[in-house]
Amino acid sequence: MNDFSYIKAENLEHATREIQTPETKIVAGGTNLIDLMKYFVVNPESLMDVNAISELKEIKTTESGSLVLGALASNAETAYHPAVEEKYPLLSQAILAGASAQIRNMASNGGNLLQKTRCYYFYDPHVPCNKRIPGSGCPAKTGFNRMHAILGHSEDCIAVFPSDMCVALAALNAVVHITGNSGNRTVPFSEFHLLPGNTPHIDNVLKDNEIIIGIELPDEDFSSQYSYLKIRERSSYAFALISVATAFKMNYNVISEARIALGGVAHKPWRNGDAETYLKGKPASEEHFAKAADIILKDASAFKHNEYKIKLAKKAIVRNCKMALDLSSHRVGAKPSL
Amino acid sequence: MNEKNLQKVQMTINGSPQTLEIKPWVSLLDALRHHLHLTGTKKGCDHGQCGACTVLVDGKRVLSCLTLAVMKDGADTKTIEGIGSAENLHPLQQAFIKHDAFQCGYCTPGQICSAIGLLDEGKAQTREEVQDLMSGNLCRCGANRGIMNAIMEVKNAEL
Repeated sequence: MNDFSYIKAENLEHATREIQTPETKIVAGGTNLIDLMKYFVVNPESLMDVNAISELKEIKTTESGSLVLGALASNAETAYHPAVEEKYPLLSQAILAGASAQIRNMASNGGNLLQKTRCYYFYDPHVPCNKRIPGSGCPAKTGFNRMHAILGHSEDCIAVFPSDMCVALAALNAVVHITGNSGNRTVPFSEFHLLPGNTPHIDNVLKDNEIIIGIELPDEDFSSQYSYLKIRERSSYAFALISVATAFKMNYNVISEARIALGGVAHKPWRNGDAETYLKGKPASEEHFAKAADIILKDASAFKHNEYKIKLAKKAIVRNCKMALDLSSHRVGAKPSL
Repeated sequence: MNEKNLQKVQMTINGSPQTLEIKPWVSLLDALRHHLHLTGTKKGCDHGQCGACTVLVDGKRVLSCLTLAVMKDGADTKTIEGIGSAENLHPLQQAFIKHDAFQCGYCTPGQICSAIGLLDEGKAQTREEVQDLMSGNLCRCGANRGIMNAIMEVKNAEL
């Protein structure tokens, strides 16, 4: 990696002051950033270590009953936290389906939101990539695109967002808490990550001089009918081909509220309000799950090597809806069941 | 920052205090192997994908190839050199020998450090869960079954 200067942030105010320049990158767990630097994809002039800002490591319940996950709490701490396991088990399950135990021990919650796509062309600084170098082209569209998007892609970029945790956060309507020079603000999770459009070099709404401080989970109970399903080429330690986070609120056999988010299909976790509205008030049956899947995948379009994703996504949605109704079907590693 | 951009880092390694003056871009893995001559920890992929570089930092299993040494100022690190001794093997080391859990031995230090981390985490119950929680450590020789048998034996003995 390039030679860079190393700064250790003493507190949040110090950190906010130091990241005024785009050449200074924040490092927390480092599990993606250090890797990107080793490949010379990212070459910051200076790295600011925020790990001493202990107030950002807390996971705590607020007065209103919501749960705030500190941006610097590790993915592992979050997945195993009693408050998360009890009230937001979908999030626990999704986090534990991702990466490896070692990486989960190191990785921060904030960093998980900010991780970059693993598109092979993005990761290779010797080839064009509109995300790395705007206007240089997208080799993935006509290249090896097995892992790439089937929804929300653009002429400029067909990359996929690889996080598992974020698919669950999207389904649970999390809210991202941000601080910066202009003060504090919150962003609903669905608005945090962006579609590529003609600005694929911009992944999310976080400005250069802002820091994620926490992720808030609303006081809603989706702990009875939920499931995270991850379809991948191995049983573990691989990115999703397709993943689905499903959660229901039920009134006997009738769905009173449905949440379905997809991973592995787009530049951000994918939700479809029409499908969720369709399911509301319907009996929880395979027929209705399949119709919801059709709604979600209606505008899907594939490339030479990822055509399989469309049918796979539909089947995964139906299967995961069934798994959500029967918690005994869950398998470690979010493997398929039923 | 001084002219040469060297940072002073103080760490405890296997119980001994160590002080390094290194560039910020030196990984913990390279600091252990090159600066401290502790070559037990192996460099497999150097990109966080194989687990051969697994060590225990402040009691948690982590990948030393994706850790910058400068970020671990004040940390307490344990490497394979700090696990057991020739005269007094750690139960996992004994179990690895008993269950034929290594062939070339290259993944082994990472496997053992990772397994110690797994046992300390206390989350894995079934064999399937142990397999899943050890999935960050790859073995190309195919000693996986022996590795699992070794870990299960030690895990069950701890009950």
